[in-house]
Amino acid sequence: MKQIHLAAHFPGVNNTTVWSDPRSGSHIDFSSFTHLAQTAERAKFDFFFLAEGLRLREQGGQIYDLDVVGRPDTFTVLAALAAVTDRLGLAGTINSTFNEPYEVARQFASLDHLSAGRAAWNVVTSWDAFTGENFRRGGYLPQDQRYARAKQFLDTAFELFDSWHGGEIVADKESGVFLSDPNAGAFVHRDDQFDISGRFNVPRSPQGRPVIFQAGDSEEGREFAASTADAIFTRHGTLAEGQKFYADVKGRLAKHGREPEDLVILPAATFVLGDTDAEAAELAEAVRHQQVSGATAIKYLEHVWNRDLSGYDPDGPLPEIDPELGENTIARGRASVRMFRDPLATAREWRELAEAKNLSIRELVIQVSGRQNFIGSAATIAEQMNELVQGNASDGFILVPHITPGGLDEFADTVVPLLQERGVFRTEYEGSTLRDHLGLKPLERG
Amino acid sequence: MPVHLAVALDGTGWHPAAWREPDARPQELFTAGYWRDLITEAERGRLDFVTIEDALTPQSSQYSGLDDRTDQVRGRLDAVLIASRVAPLTRNIGLVPTATVLHTEPFHISKAIATLDYVSTGRAGVRIQIGGQAHETSHFGRRQVPEFDRPDMRDPEYRAFAKQRFAEAGDYVEVVRRLWDSWEDDAEIRDAATGRFVDRDKLHYIDFSGEFFSVKGPSITPRPPQGQPPVTALAHARIPYTFAARSTDVVYVTPHDLGQATEILGKVREEQQSAGRAGEPLHVFGDLVVFLDNGSGQAATRKARLDNVSGAEYTSDARIFTGTAAELADELLALHEAGLTGFRLRPGVLPHDLDQITRELVPELRRRNAFRAEYEANTLRGLLGLSRPANRYAVSA
Repeated sequence: MKQIHLAAHFPGVNNTTVWSDPRSGSHIDFSSFTHLAQTAERAKFDFFFLAEGLRLREQGGQIYDLDVVGRPDTFTVLAALAAVTDRLGLAGTINSTFNEPYEVARQFASLDHLSAGRAAWNVVTSWDAFTGENFRRGGYLPQDQRYARAKQFLDTAFELFDSWHGGEIVADKESGVFLSDPNAGAFVHRDDQFDISGRFNVPRSPQGRPVIFQAGDSEEGREFAASTADAIFTRHGTLAEGQKFYADVKGRLAKHGREPEDLVILPAATFVLGDTDAEAAELAEAVRHQQVSGATAIKYLEHVWNRDLSGYDPDGPLPEIDPELGENTIARGRASVRMFRDPLATAREWRELAEAKNLSIRELVIQVSGRQNFIGSAATIAEQMNELVQGNASDGFILVPHITPGGLDEFADTVVPLLQERGVFRTEYEGSTLRDHLGLKPLERG
Repeated sequence: MPVHLAVALDGTGWHPAAWREPDARPQELFTAGYWRDLITEAERGRLDFVTIEDALTPQSSQYSGLDDRTDQVRGRLDAVLIASRVAPLTRNIGLVPTATVLHTEPFHISKAIATLDYVSTGRAGVRIQIGGQAHETSHFGRRQVPEFDRPDMRDPEYRAFAKQRFAEAGDYVEVVRRLWDSWEDDAEIRDAATGRFVDRDKLHYIDFSGEFFSVKGPSITPRPPQGQPPVTALAHARIPYTFAARSTDVVYVTPHDLGQATEILGKVREEQQSAGRAGEPLHVFGDLVVFLDNGSGQAATRKARLDNVSGAEYTSDARIFTGTAAELADELLALHEAGLTGFRLRPGVLPHDLDQITRELVPELRRRNAFRAEYEANTLRGLLGLSRPANRYAVSA
């Protein structure tokens, strides 16, 4: 039986996160981060996961105000979480476009030291000059250069991590030798993105380097993950889609000299738990209505129509006018608008669906956007999750609760014990580092 | 007015041979426990705050370039992350990590310090350091800088360079501060009726555009608990005094005697006046390296022994004090009388000289009614007697 890997995603700044619920707490107070991380650790999860976005989203030229807004600095909050947890991995999303390798490498090496080997880095690239306006070096990169830059950034960071091999700190008071090697940390890196040299100033960290996550789904993204990443964060939730993706990505590892277990595949997953499956289905419907208000439905439709639809009634029929073609300009700072590659076809499909089922705009959006992955009693969800993992659709899940900070409590209390009873999830941490939890081999010395 | 006291933490202490002392823990420098123990000791002494030194290059015994020495501490962890790691383990003490401005993004530092303020519930500050030596600049490959043997303000070339760099630092702090204010305190409304989580009229573009960079805003992080975490900087000359008087809440200065203290204070207060901040609080702290022992002459002997071990007399930009806690108290109170509002003490050896500060100096100052017995506030601004500032973007009712 394969062992399941589980992680907790701090609820994001999007409409999956329900802020209108009376149980919804602060998204910025440290107590919320502590609560979710400690719940995850109590349930013996592999890691805690934090996303990032470096500019507030805009729609129609204004800051988007319907979803949760506001996030902490990734490194800073993860370092603090290291103080209130012992074993839980701490994974942060850090952009390779708006940072320099030297700084990011020392932040991750520091986090790995300060957490005694629990750091992970989800490497993302940015896509727009819009976000770049917050940074002194700007940031726009043409699409075809983004993976190249990310790869070069990561290669450079690896050189920095490996510039200390481990064991250089002798600190022998008697002989007066602090460092065994005067060149510890020496590096030279030259390519078309980075021309840097000197001395890295953080000794080798407990894991050697952070665990590397990758989240892309494109051809380049899959290849990048297969060559370099330790874990891949996906959105393929169903058995068939998951199996296809899993086989494809794991199949790419051999040509990079890697084994199937060297890359852990983890889809993001939402869930709604009830005492019975019927109750869960009802709750799920209610959550969907909380997630998609009338106002949110109109804004969602604008992503496809690429024009102002504020005059439409969310409880009325879909617009008869067609989407505005060309570059999507209505929503900025959002990756999801690129999902709609053929807006005319999408609009046609949605109109047909709405007509056939007699759906209003809001009901249509509830149907077509982000449905929950797991809905059911604890027993049902445990069964479904296990099936997906044993069926090689994934190696586990990154769970995205929709309530901050208590949205994982019930899962920890009810689903986890059932997975443990089946012998597919740990009852105690066996190792101390995140690499240990994920079953990754220790790195050789740099 | 009571004295404010801070401690500057750096490696195993400021003396290069500190790591060889019997109680030093050089093997643990890169662990959380090491920093936790030092900072909780400082908190037991009810100190205002600790600063944590940092740099984007290894330590060196010379100003220009690395020295390839293997007999001194080399390597350090990111100071913001050390501060954040220790924040949940402390309750009252201020946490002031060092940030280097020339190679980092003001957007990142602003949200990092704001987040430190959230995780410490209002105890964050930052020490702004310029950086920019050639051997550090090569780690980033983004700019060319001239090389100097030493920072000599009488050298016109260096002076011109410094002027430019401090101007950039001024812009940097301006951006950091505007970003802290880019969310009004009550921007989050959770208005179920309209479906709005935030009131976007209370989120502000900072639209900073200057000679060195431009930043749009708003921050991704809401306004920190203190509104504006204290900004601090070390300054040794007129150009940095100008910067500090314009941009900081606490400036660390390095007088070697009472006369110099008076002279420096005069200059800083003058710059404060020119910056139009005459009525605002600006703390001027004296920086001193301290070696403290209970017996007369003992600390000087210890310092001499350490000098002998390291093979050179330890010198510093700051006055090096050796003596007893009572003697140090005499000196600090005289400087305080002259107008310094507090002190940032740099322990020669850790934990020895830190323990001497918390267990000998602090009780001595209390006996003279010059230092707090208990924390009177739970934010760093509160401890420094700074009120919570209004938001520059808020329209007053």
